[in-house]
Amino acid sequence: MRLKDAGITVVAPVLFTVLLFALWEAGCKLFAVAPTVLPAPSAIWAAYLQFQKPIIENSLYTLWNTLIGFAIATVFGLLLGIAVGWHKAVYAAIYPVLIGFNSVPKVAVVPVLILWFGVGAVPAIITAFLISFFPIVVNVATGLATTEPELEDVLRALGASKTDILWNVGLPRTMPYLFASLKIAITLAFVGTVLSETVAANRGIGNVMMIASGNFDVPLVFAGLFILAILGVGLYAIFSLIELKVTGWAQRKTEFAMV
Amino acid sequence: MSPRSDAPILVRLDDVTMHYGRGRDAIQAIDTVSLDIRKGEFIAVVGPSGCGKSSLMKLISGLHPASSGFVTVEDRPVKGPLKSVGMAFQASNLLPWRTVVDNVLLPLEIVQPHRSKIRRERAAYKAKAEALLAQVGLAGFTDKFPWQLSGGMQQRTSICRALVHEPDILMLDEPFGALDAFTREELWCALRDIQQARGVTVMLVTHDLREAVFLADTVYVMSNRPGKIVKAQPIDLPRPRDLDVTYTQPFQDLVHELRSHIGGKH
Ligand SMILES: Nc1ncnc2c1ncn2[C@@H]1O[C@H](COP(=O)(O)OP(=O)(O)O)[C@@H](O)[C@H]1O
Ligand SMILES: [Mg+2]
Repeated sequence: MRLKDAGITVVAPVLFTVLLFALWEAGCKLFAVAPTVLPAPSAIWAAYLQFQKPIIENSLYTLWNTLIGFAIATVFGLLLGIAVGWHKAVYAAIYPVLIGFNSVPKVAVVPVLILWFGVGAVPAIITAFLISFFPIVVNVATGLATTEPELEDVLRALGASKTDILWNVGLPRTMPYLFASLKIAITLAFVGTVLSETVAANRGIGNVMMIASGNFDVPLVFAGLFILAILGVGLYAIFSLIELKVTGWAQRKTEFAMV
Repeated sequence: MSPRSDAPILVRLDDVTMHYGRGRDAIQAIDTVSLDIRKGEFIAVVGPSGCGKSSLMKLISGLHPASSGFVTVEDRPVKGPLKSVGMAFQASNLLPWRTVVDNVLLPLEIVQPHRSKIRRERAAYKAKAEALLAQVGLAGFTDKFPWQLSGGMQQRTSICRALVHEPDILMLDEPFGALDAFTREELWCALRDIQQARGVTVMLVTHDLREAVFLADTVYVMSNRPGKIVKAQPIDLPRPRDLDVTYTQPFQDLVHELRSHIGGKH
């Protein structure tokens, strides 16, 4: 049973992906689609091989900026989430602003950031941060707010301070919420960096794609897209693994609640 | 009249009322309740749902203030959380990321003087918690996680957690409400034995009149909200009580007597 499950989770996605590319390749060949419209996978691969060095360099640059923005978002999101979950007054004060802020399309913010900080890494990092901290705040606050009131009573009756409760119960039980949000946040941070790079930058994979698209080098644009997709999947997978390691107990929680 | 009527008074409620909220929207949960709990006494509080039983617990443990009247524990007015109370509820509320024994150790990481000693003397404390768990029949399960335990075992663990810091008062709010009848009776006996062994003062809130009569020295019946004590019934059945006592006439009579004081259709 185990072996069969593992087989399915590994074989099925690989098979599906291979099939997708085969169909794509065949479709392009069969209907003679112009490479400037939709390049075949083989053409994309060729473009990648041709520009391998700059692609990798610029991808690493984008990855680096993404991780910085994401790290700031994690720290800030965690602290703000704790503050929001800490007291009803903080929640009431901050939440409307937070929602309002999150509704602003970040594309509209990038030009302002570039105006303030000039073209370079800073606007990309800030965009990554701005776009990714919101789900972290919401999830941390939710995790804290849903602590069972009876469990709080048990601890308060022992004379536990609010910090005691936060430390012993609030934060540990919030970890699954936090890690669920980190998976989403890392993907969003990527979107933020690339978004900023496509508006204005002189380095980064977003910038490479903008230049390529200016030159109608569509296969190269697609190579960039693929790099983004691969990095996105990779980071998501890494955070899923960390999540499993750190909050493995939560996978059992549903079973636990049913007893 | 009760077997412990010579023990000193631990908890005293004097004409206590209690409200949730303030002003016009305030909900009165408790209405002029007066009662004494003696050291080592086992009291049970029964009454219809929503009558204020849990509120009474919060009042005595200092989790919620009285609106009028006096609550004293050991002759001192209760102003905030008591710090010497152990609580357990219908849901065991164990921490799923901690093993059984680590769950039981939680109060010791909060209450002084254990709090400042537990880092250094963890092994000793752990042995103590394991002994307590063995007392309720969980000897082989101390390193399991809560989800690996049955509901009854989780509830035993929860009661151990409430007892580990040797509280003056053990407060149990419908602790066996979610268990099947057989498990429930097993746990009655476990609770009976552990109270006997430790002499701890117990306040048990329950829906189950048989449970109340079997375990308690005194049973208090509360009216519909706002909760008033309509009957204080001493239970003079001799101790130690065996489960067989529940099938005797005096036991049945007590249950019937209590039932007649609870509102609703008969
Ligand atoms: N935190 C609260 N805020 C407002 N009303 C409450 C709160 N807790 C309980 N009540 C109300 O007080 C009454 C007594 O509640 P409770 O003591 O929990 O009853 P019981 O435990 O007997 O079922 C109920 O009518 C309930 O709706
Ligand atoms: Mg209740």
